[in-house]
Amino acid sequence: MSDTIQLNFTVPGDDFTRAGEASSEVKGILKKLGLSPMVVRKVAIAMYEGEINMAIHGGGGEITVEISDQWVQMVLADQGPGIPNVELAMQEGWSTAPDSVRNLGFGAGMGLPNMKKYSDEMSIDSQVGVGTTVTMRVYLNL
Amino acid sequence: MTVQEIQEILKATVYCEGTSLQTEAHTACGSDLMSDVLAYVKDQSVLLTGLVNPQVVRTAEMMDMVCVVFVRGKQPDKAIVEMAQELGIAVLSTPYGMFSACGRLHDRGMKGGGEAYV
Ligand SMILES: Nc1ncnc2c1ncn2[C@@H]1O[C@H](COP(=O)(O)OP(=O)(O)OP(=O)(O)O)[C@@H](O)[C@H]1O
Ligand SMILES: [Mg+2]
Repeated sequence: MSDTIQLNFTVPGDDFTRAGEASSEVKGILKKLGLSPMVVRKVAIAMYEGEINMAIHGGGGEITVEISDQWVQMVLADQGPGIPNVELAMQEGWSTAPDSVRNLGFGAGMGLPNMKKYSDEMSIDSQVGVGTTVTMRVYLNL
Repeated sequence: MTVQEIQEILKATVYCEGTSLQTEAHTACGSDLMSDVLAYVKDQSVLLTGLVNPQVVRTAEMMDMVCVVFVRGKQPDKAIVEMAQELGIAVLSTPYGMFSACGRLHDRGMKGGGEAYV
């Protein structure tokens, strides 16, 4: 197995306009590495939804991206309020986003289901009052 | 249809040319909800929206779109235009409202995509 590339990003919790910068950078890197457009698209959408969630629900946090010759893995960790009922949060249309977030074009309760759709593997580890870690993988040859 | 033709049909102001005004676009979607664009859009290459913030351009980027059109005369700020420039995404602003802008493009052959659902 060849070397794994690791990338680290900090997502600010107080500046919504900057959410997505990490996903944008990763998308550019994956394109340069010559990964298939389908893989690049899957990673970009899944990571961007996760990054937006960290910014609007999680108070910001850290993203670690690893690129191996088999997969791209994204670990999105925040120390926010946590998700009391993950099963409920995974349902399409379920959202606790306030109107201020809706006015920005988000908060339809579509993000987590969309992350599940675009990643090949996804797990959520969340504890109320401690934080949320979402881990996703997209495989290169599927 | 090219981005240039979209500009003409919509009597739009060009804020950023993107990669080229000759870039082809055959499908479009109109939405103010980026959540929906991210969840339901497939290969549409133009986004018409009444929402003005940087996440509109980010969303277009993630979906590999080539052109963003702000409807009802809404104007993007400098940060939005700069981001689009860097990403090679065209940014237009049309005086038409959402319905009319979409209708004009559709009349001229622009498709909605996603017809498979119907
Ligand atoms: N990192 C997080 N920290 C705390 N709560 C979260 C986090 N991510 C998601 N949630 C909770 O799960 C709900 C559903 O998330 P999801 O991304 O599906 O929808 P949304 O963010 O509300 O809207 P959309 O993603 O469509 O813009 C959120 O409204 C929020 O209550
Ligand atoms: Mg979300």
